[in-house]
Amino acid sequence: MPILEVEHICKSFDRTEVLKDINFSLEKGQVLSIIGSSGSGKTTLLRCLNFLERPDRGVIRVDGKTLFDDSDPTTLSEGAVRKKRLHFGLVFQSFNLFPQYTALKNVMLARELLAKEQPDYKARKKEIQEEIQAQAKELLTQMSLADRMDNYPHQLSGGQCQRVAIARALAMEPDILCFDEPTSALDPELTGEVIKVMKELAKQKKTMVIVTHEMSFAREISDQVIFMDKGVVALSGKPDEVFDADHARIREFLGKYNQ
Amino acid sequence: MELFMKQLPIVVRSLNVGFLQTLKLFFVTLIGAFPLGLIIAFGSMSRFKPLSFFTRVIVWVFRGTPLMIQLLIIYYFPGLVLHNPIWGGGESGRFLAASVSFIVNYACYFSEIYRGGIQGVPVGQEEAGLVLGMTKSQIFFKVTFLQMIKRIIPPMSNEIITLVKDTSLARIIALQEIIWAGQAFMKGSQGISGAIWPLFFTAIYYLVCNGILTLLLGALEKKLDYFR
Repeated sequence: MPILEVEHICKSFDRTEVLKDINFSLEKGQVLSIIGSSGSGKTTLLRCLNFLERPDRGVIRVDGKTLFDDSDPTTLSEGAVRKKRLHFGLVFQSFNLFPQYTALKNVMLARELLAKEQPDYKARKKEIQEEIQAQAKELLTQMSLADRMDNYPHQLSGGQCQRVAIARALAMEPDILCFDEPTSALDPELTGEVIKVMKELAKQKKTMVIVTHEMSFAREISDQVIFMDKGVVALSGKPDEVFDADHARIREFLGKYNQ
Repeated sequence: MELFMKQLPIVVRSLNVGFLQTLKLFFVTLIGAFPLGLIIAFGSMSRFKPLSFFTRVIVWVFRGTPLMIQLLIIYYFPGLVLHNPIWGGGESGRFLAASVSFIVNYACYFSEIYRGGIQGVPVGQEEAGLVLGMTKSQIFFKVTFLQMIKRIIPPMSNEIITLVKDTSLARIIALQEIIWAGQAFMKGSQGISGAIWPLFFTAIYYLVCNGILTLLLGALEKKLDYFR
C-alpha cells in the first residue's frame, strides 16, 4: 500500500485555477521530485499537503488513513488539521528558522511544546526534556552541525540554516518530508552541502517529496518524477522516463536548463 | 537669592508629592494599556468583520479627539448627565477617572504599534510553526511575540516618553500632579504666591525621568540585539 495517496486535488485562488485534478501516489521510502516552471502549481501542491492551503476538492491519504476529504467535513476542522500536519514535514525555500533561538532550540521547540500535552509530562519532565535534547543533538550532528548548535540563525550560513531547518523538520518524525525549493536561496557551493544531506536521507529510506529546480539532482535522487505544467501533471514516471521523454512541453522546459 | 533659598525646600516638597502622583498615573497607564492595546490590536486584525470594524471605530475616536476632552467627558459625564457619579469624590475619584482615560487612550495608540509589529514578522515564521504542529497561541507567544517586541521598541519608546509629559493633562480635572502642584505657588500656597519659577522647575523632574526611561529602553533594545 502506498504511504501517500493524492486524488483529484483542485485548488483555485479567486478565479485562477492553480491545481486541476492532481493525482499521484508514493511508496514508503521513495523519493518523489516535482519539477516544472514557475507558476505551474508545484509549491501550491506542496502547501496543500502540509495544510497551509486547503484544497477546494480532493482526497489526501497517508498510510491508508484519510487526512483530507472535501466531502467529509470532519476532516476539515482547524483542530483536526493540527495533528495531521505532523504526518508531513516541510523545509522552506527561505528556511524560516526562528531567529531568537539557537540552532539547538530551533530543533527542540516544537517537540517540547508537544510533549507538554502528554498526560505524564509533569511526572517525567526532566527525562522527557533530556530525550528531546539528545534527539536534537543527534540530528544536528547528522547534519554536520555539531559545533554550531549554540549559534543563532544570523550567525550561520544559508547552507547551515537550511540544514538546521531539515533537522527541525526531522525532529517531529514525519512520515513524509517535503522540500520546497530547498536550495533556491543558496549559492552553488552551499547548494552542494544541502544536496549531500538530502541524498543521505534518501539512502536512509526517508520518504520525501521534493520541489526543485536542480534537474540533475532530481534525476539522480528520485524514484519517481512528476512534471507539472499549468496546474496539471503533464508527465510522471521513473526519472529516465520523464527526463528522456519525447514530449514537446518537457523538452522545451529542460531545454532552458541546458542552454 | 535669600528668598529663593527659603522657598526652595517648601516648593521641592510640594513638587515631590505632585510628581509621585504623576508617576503613579504613568505606571498605572502602562500596566493597563500594554495588555489592553494588544487585545485591541487583535480585535482590529480579526477576520470577523463586525469586530474589526468596531475596534477600528474605537481607535479612530480615541486617536481623533484631544485627550484633554476625553478626560473631561469621562470624569464629568457620569455625574452631570447620568446623575450617577461612578468615580467617587476627591483625589482618589479623579485619579480613577484619569487612569481609565489614559489607559484607553494609550491602548489605542499602542494597538497600532503592536499591529505594525505583528504584521512586520514574516509570514514564514507562522507557517514554520504551523507545519511543526504548534497551535496559534503557541506560535504567538513562542515565536512571534519576541520578534514583535524587538520591532516595536523604537516607536514604543516615543509613546512612553510622550506619556510622561501627557500626564500633566490630568490637571484639567484637578488631579494633583506636578504641574498642578507648581501652579499652586502662582495663586498662593504655603506663604508663597505669584511665583512662576516653581512651574519652570517642574521641567527638571520630567527631564530626569525621561533620561532614566531613555537609558532603560536603550538597554532593552540592546538586550534584544542578540538576534536579527
